Amino acid sequence: MQKVFERTKGLTDNEFTYCPGCLHSVVHRMIGEVIEELDIIPNTVCVCPVGCAVFMYDYMVCDVIEAAHGRAPAVATGVKRVIPDRIVFAYQGDGDLASIGTAEIVHAAARGEKISVIFINNTTYGMTGGQMAPTTLIGQKSTTCTRGRDPLVNGYPIRVCEMLATLDGPSYIERVAPTSPAGLVKTKKAIKKAFQNQIDGKGFALVEVLSNCPQQWHMTPIETFKAIDEKMTKTFPLGVFVDK
Amino acid sequence: MSTKKLLKGNVAICYGAVAAKCNAFFGYPITPQNEIPEHMSDMMPANGGVFLQAESEVSAISMVYGAASAGKRAMTSSSSPGISLKQEGLSYIAACELPCVVVNVQRGGPGLGTILPGQADYFQAVKGGGHGDYKLLTLAPWSVQECYDFVPLAFDLADRYLNPVMILMDAIIGQMLEQCELHDRFPVIDYAKAWATNGARGRAHNIVNSLWIDPEVLENLNLRLQAKYAAAQLHEVRLHEYRTEDAELIIVAYGCSARICRTVVDMARDEGMAVGLLRPITLLPFPTSQIAKHAQNGRRFMAVEMSLGQMVEDVRLAVNGMADVAFHGRAGGVVPSPTEVLNAVRAGFGKPPVISRYPSEEMEAR
Repeated sequence: MQKVFERTKGLTDNEFTYCPGCLHSVVHRMIGEVIEELDIIPNTVCVCPVGCAVFMYDYMVCDVIEAAHGRAPAVATGVKRVIPDRIVFAYQGDGDLASIGTAEIVHAAARGEKISVIFINNTTYGMTGGQMAPTTLIGQKSTTCTRGRDPLVNGYPIRVCEMLATLDGPSYIERVAPTSPAGLVKTKKAIKKAFQNQIDGKGFALVEVLSNCPQQWHMTPIETFKAIDEKMTKTFPLGVFVDK
Repeated sequence: MSTKKLLKGNVAICYGAVAAKCNAFFGYPITPQNEIPEHMSDMMPANGGVFLQAESEVSAISMVYGAASAGKRAMTSSSSPGISLKQEGLSYIAACELPCVVVNVQRGGPGLGTILPGQADYFQAVKGGGHGDYKLLTLAPWSVQECYDFVPLAFDLADRYLNPVMILMDAIIGQMLEQCELHDRFPVIDYAKAWATNGARGRAHNIVNSLWIDPEVLENLNLRLQAKYAAAQLHEVRLHEYRTEDAELIIVAYGCSARICRTVVDMARDEGMAVGLLRPITLLPFPTSQIAKHAQNGRRFMAVEMSLGQMVEDVRLAVNGMADVAFHGRAGGVVPSPTEVLNAVRAGFGKPPVISRYPSEEMEAR
């Protein structure tokens, strides 16, 4: 019998603890495939966040550092600067990257830090129970804005790609949505490019993945994909923002 | 190799870092430690190392965390308000059992405080500082020479104990100029770091992490940390004693305060009072048993600090009720004068205060 599909060598044998239908698992697998395909597993250092992906060190087969909340780009900077021949990437959620870690991500991008950042935007703090995030949509309900996000009280969602695209440091910024077969292909291609740019010695690369949270959104996985396509992309349009 | 230079304490720290083969320095401007990042920005690249000015103290210590995880000698410096910001990272670094060196050129506090010298970050340095049951090994230089000497020592302690080490200075020690011998009479050992997250080449992946969901695993980490501090208490206590052999009263002071108190000891001796100085060089581990031994031998103590009473608590714990422990302290950037400390000593001997023999103090008194 011929084996036509198997687990990527980029991931360990540990089972994911993510909720059913959560896109973290999909993106983890893509990263595992990318570092396997680019043949950089023994050369790669992953810096993982605080949030649902906090257990990422159990899943990635490369070396992993668990950063404090929001500090992954600074930790990755510290690694990359002292061992510049290694491939260093940070994996962050929206609370981590766009709220508590805004200084770290903005300055890593401004410096053109030669790291790759995979940014998972699911508009909520999934791990802590569905509180309002910096990317929560106007009108979207959360446990800390139970009547929906009111811009007069909570302000507006932050568009990370557009904001970072104003800087000269980044070499590549793209927003993708893995909600369809085409979207999945595009997402993996974007992640691969973010790593390839680093291999090529180019500056900072960031891929924002519009993601879901069936648990906190109180939806089935299929419904979350629809919500991403129909609602989220209105605030967070897909596309390439920087490609140098 | 040995040359002599006239250096500021802050600059001597930089020479010490280069001598210790520090690989990376991450800093952020704050007075009165700016000479450190300024000189490091030139000296680190010139010696094959990395210098990076971070966007904040929080980021600087996170960069140290990353560089230390990669197995390199990493360092940062700041002053009191900035050191407060580094506490998050220090807790993580201690929890992950990573080596690094942090310099605090203390200024008066609390809050934004002043840029003048202070010693009010003692508790923060030796009692943990950040969240959780961890401690920093802490060295307190009292001269420019010790600023130089203590950086290689700090890195060696950090590598051996896998724990962050703090060099606790103050604005005077950092800013004053003294002769400094740039020697190489210390070991710079390239410790094996099999735990480093620098790419899993030919081995299973390494993980640097401080999240432990199983309480017993986390308790075991805590017990391991405490065992390290107990070992340091046994093997790493460093102190300096001056004229304590026959002293009736022993002044306990560190850093800049100890420099002042050495003068006070000589002034008191001139007046026939048997006074000595015990200077803790390691604030953690604290010279507890050495102080206890003096207490058993009937000595009295007086702690002198540029705070309103922090290290004095550790003196009292060491003495454990066996002897009187007096205290003299100034705060907010005020440096105690030798005469005012002498008058505190005189009070301990039942003598009335004297008027200063220093013209500047007389002017202040008027």
